[in-house]
Amino acid sequence: MAAETKYAEDAAHKAAEASGGLPQLDFSTWSSQIFWLVVTFGLLYFVLSQFILPRIGQGINERSDRIADDLDSASRMQQEAEQAVIEYERTMSKAKAKAHNIAEATRKSIDADIAKEVEAAEADFAAKQSVADERIAKKRADALSQIDKVAQDTTAAIVQKLGNIKPTAAQLKKALGAVKG
Amino acid sequence: MANDPMKQFEIAPIVEGPQLGPIDTTFTNSSLWMFIAVFGVIILFGLATGRKLIPGRLQSLGEICYEFIADMVKDTTGPEAMKFFPFVFTIFFFILFANLLGMNPWAFTTTSHLAVTAALSFFVVGMVFVMGIVKNGLRFFKIFAPSGLPFIMYFLIVPIEIISFIARPVALSVRLFANMMAGHVMLKVFAIFIAWLISLGGVYWAAAIVPVIGTTAIVALEFLVAALQAFVFAILTCVYLNDVYHVDH
Repeated sequence: MAAETKYAEDAAHKAAEASGGLPQLDFSTWSSQIFWLVVTFGLLYFVLSQFILPRIGQGINERSDRIADDLDSASRMQQEAEQAVIEYERTMSKAKAKAHNIAEATRKSIDADIAKEVEAAEADFAAKQSVADERIAKKRADALSQIDKVAQDTTAAIVQKLGNIKPTAAQLKKALGAVKG
Repeated sequence: MANDPMKQFEIAPIVEGPQLGPIDTTFTNSSLWMFIAVFGVIILFGLATGRKLIPGRLQSLGEICYEFIADMVKDTTGPEAMKFFPFVFTIFFFILFANLLGMNPWAFTTTSHLAVTAALSFFVVGMVFVMGIVKNGLRFFKIFAPSGLPFIMYFLIVPIEIISFIARPVALSVRLFANMMAGHVMLKVFAIFIAWLISLGGVYWAAAIVPVIGTTAIVALEFLVAALQAFVFAILTCVYLNDVYHVDH
């Protein structure tokens, strides 16, 4: 209460003195304003610089660190993926080559088998043919040798019937030999 | 409300404090609004100190403000001046909040007083001077004598540089205080004009629409000025801090 009356008196006094001058140029209020400015500004500076700004800055740094880390690991993973692709392609081409080799080898062995079988079959066939040829030749010789006898017998029979003569074997042989040439 | 457009700038005591030598510690409406501004900044940024990877709105706001001032310091002065970053941040948001709070009806605009702006300005320039000497020794005085001039020119340049250095705190304080005061006086005068026209009645009552539109436009302008002057003060602080680190400019 006392303060207000004191200030009111002061203000009235000053108003009369300065006749409506700017309150800003009333230097009696300066020390109070500056005192409280120092207090409030100092308080704000203290709180901001000690507590608030470091935390905001830390938040920003943590995020940028995190982003940099994530970018790093992303590029590392990409490299790994590229490595894996190269690895895969190498394995693939190796497998392809191996498969090709196996196919080739199999084909060759099968070809060889086929050739062997064919050869064996041909040999068998040739053997069988020669046996058959021999048999044919023997049968033929047999047949031919039988023909002479049959001819002699037939001739003897005909001659006996016609001439009532019984030719000797030697005669028959001679006669037939002449016919045969 | 009073009809005197200067009444809004009057300092009214709330609690009388003891007299400490020449210092009057009386708690006034100005002190109250300084505290409101300071607590406003502390509460806003206290809530904005999230540590989430994906920031929420408040955290985003805090980080945008942080990076805005950090970029201002780095771009104007250089990364070595980052130890003054909290100071520039405090300057900017103290003035911004004081200016914006002053836009509220019945609020007191602490930055419309020369005492406040002069104290801030002299502190900034004084700090630049002291830090410049601490960091560079007597070489700091080279800021008054840019190198590479013909010898005779120094007789002209050195006084000009010294005067411009001394003029810095004056210009800094008067710019802020005059802008804030002029805006508030203009608003008040327009508002009083509206009331006056309405009290006349009749045709004048209808004519009051003109100052209403004018006042609305000035309110918008004053919001711009409030932010702009805080920015100007902060960036000039950075510009002056540049002298601490770059003596040969």
